[in-house]
Amino acid sequence: MKIIVAIKQVPERDARIRIDSAGKWIALDEIEFRMNESDAYALEEALLLKEAQGGEVVVLSAGPERVGQTIREALAKGADRGIHIASDRLGEYDALGVARLMAAAIADEQADLILTGLQSDDLGLGQTGVILAELLGIPHSSLILKIEKTEVGIRVLRELEDGWFQHIEMTTPALLTIQSGNTRLRYATLMGIKKARSKDLRVIEADALGVDAARCVSLDSVMLPSRQKTTQMLTGTPAEAAAALVEKLQQEVRVL
Amino acid sequence: MSTVLVFLEAKSGEPTRISLEALAAGAQIAAATGAALAAAMVGAATGAGFGMLGAAEQVFAIEDPLLAAYTADGFTASYAQLIAQVKPEFVVLPHTYQVRDFAPRLATRLGRVLISDVTGIAMDAGKVTLTRQLFQGKLNGQYHAVVGSPTLLSVQAGAFRAEAAAATQASVTTFTPNLDAASIRTKPGEPFRAAAQTVDLASAPLLVSVGRGIKDEANLPLVKELAEALGAELAASRPICDAGWLPMERQVGSSGQTVAPKLYLAVGISGAIQHLVGMKGSQCVVAINKDENAPIFEIADYGIVGDLFEVVPALTAAVRKAKG
Ligand SMILES: Cc1cc2nc3c(=O)[nH]c(=O)nc-3n(C[C@H](O)[C@H](O)[C@H](O)COP(=O)(O)OP(=O)(O)OC[C@H]3O[C@@H](n4cnc5c(N)ncnc54)[C@H](O)[C@@H]3O)c2cc1C
Ligand SMILES: Nc1ncnc2c1ncn2[C@@H]1O[C@H](COP(=O)(O)O)[C@@H](O)[C@H]1O
Repeated sequence: MKIIVAIKQVPERDARIRIDSAGKWIALDEIEFRMNESDAYALEEALLLKEAQGGEVVVLSAGPERVGQTIREALAKGADRGIHIASDRLGEYDALGVARLMAAAIADEQADLILTGLQSDDLGLGQTGVILAELLGIPHSSLILKIEKTEVGIRVLRELEDGWFQHIEMTTPALLTIQSGNTRLRYATLMGIKKARSKDLRVIEADALGVDAARCVSLDSVMLPSRQKTTQMLTGTPAEAAAALVEKLQQEVRVL
Repeated sequence: MSTVLVFLEAKSGEPTRISLEALAAGAQIAAATGAALAAAMVGAATGAGFGMLGAAEQVFAIEDPLLAAYTADGFTASYAQLIAQVKPEFVVLPHTYQVRDFAPRLATRLGRVLISDVTGIAMDAGKVTLTRQLFQGKLNGQYHAVVGSPTLLSVQAGAFRAEAAAATQASVTTFTPNLDAASIRTKPGEPFRAAAQTVDLASAPLLVSVGRGIKDEANLPLVKELAEALGAELAASRPICDAGWLPMERQVGSSGQTVAPKLYLAVGISGAIQHLVGMKGSQCVVAINKDENAPIFEIADYGIVGDLFEVVPALTAAVRKAKG
């Protein structure tokens, strides 16, 4: 099975969020980047399938030069090769534009399966994978926890709301968006890191893909959310704050 | 006249709450743009649920045996056909797991991009600005749709008030899409629940809920002791259950339990929307978090900004002391 995994590099989870001077995005200096959480699970699923069925895992990422590190990390974990769609202006594309870049970059790959994360931890659109499926003319399923190969295609486990699940059977080629948390993520071994250095990483300039960057939607500004409730902040040392809270729980909330 | 078309979801024939919230959002846009409000729902026009859609002047019952079970292919094709007939300026959907599954495909088929999980709509001189969350609720982003139509948006659960929709008399029309079985490429199975529940979080009056701030399974006794001192049940955010540190039946949120206790004490939980939807009905929310900008504080009644490894033991001691 040939599997393509789309991985996005995003600011690290606990990164301090500061708005940039233009008010259009967060300030990226002093920020550490990592692989998007659900994409790490998508990669893990792909590697497990490859180990069970044989085949090839190709990782695909769009972004500036630093994205190369995240691709190398995936290669170190066991992916076979990487495709980097290089652009310093990816923010100028909307989700359809990014998906078009990805579709163009993998047009000749003939993959059996394309995996993406469920949603990115920065933009949180939850859309790029599904859009890509439509562009490629292949079926998709989202919020997937498990993938099994069948005679005619695949059988996947999809998460529904409120603790419900569902199996879905589908033919391949197909695209799946993977939900976090269903497996343990592997670490890259020293051997893996060494091997990754010699693996093929193809860099394609976004501008060379002939994709129109005209947007359908545009993000105009970002801001810190305002509070809906007036939270009473209890301050002081931990002991003082704890004592103040206990008093509130006794007097105002009346649960003690 | 332009139209705002709202697609609703039904459970046992009745539109769901979040669908009525989407209808209210649609009504807000229709009122501000002078557009007509239309609604559409899969099901037979004779269904009782269609009577509830009074805010819409026109209601479409999308009827086809191939839509009996949800599939992205079936829904995308049917909705696209109805949109081609109605030619709405705006298409509004509830941001459910089902909508997440097909709406980006629908938008792509129309050459558009869905603005997903919208929490606010502002209208100024014909320009519509939509707010949605970024960075799991740590930031808000303001979007607008560039020229062309329709503008597609899905609305977040709880962001709009379902009651805001005023009732008028609607006419229900059957819409029969042109579908063929071969174009539906997925075969969905019956939904099922995982394991039987052994704890009933929904009826527990007090909950201490733990998140990824706890860092390691070995630190769990810290919150267990606090829960014991309070006489509370222990709950958790998803990553804690995913890691297997607590069973999934203790998970609160959109894919877990919905709870509404007297006290919900969130320890080291950031407050992502998928967590909040499961607990924001709580009577009193207390949050302990080291990040003063954590979204959980937006809905907390009481907050302590600090290191949980210092605050939680102090709180356990204070509770024990108060209880004597
Ligand atoms: C479709 C979908 C469904 C989902 N369903 C659910 C669901 O049902 N339930 C759910 O919970 N999530 C769900 N999620 C995941 C959700 O989006 C969040 O990722 C998750 O809730 C985050 O959990 P958390 O707050 O524990 O972790 P994080 O977001 O990592 O937050 C940890 C918090 O701990 C704080 N912290 C760290 N160290 C300390 C310290 N020493 N002292 C004090 N504070 C500290 C940090 O400041 C941070 O705010 C779902 C996601 C998706 C996309
Ligand atoms: N720039 C990118 N490079 C590679 N994959 C991406 C990129 N943007 C989005 N994706 C993939 O699409 C998924 C959903 O992203 P989003 O639609 O932004 O929530 C992510 O989890 C990734 O797998």
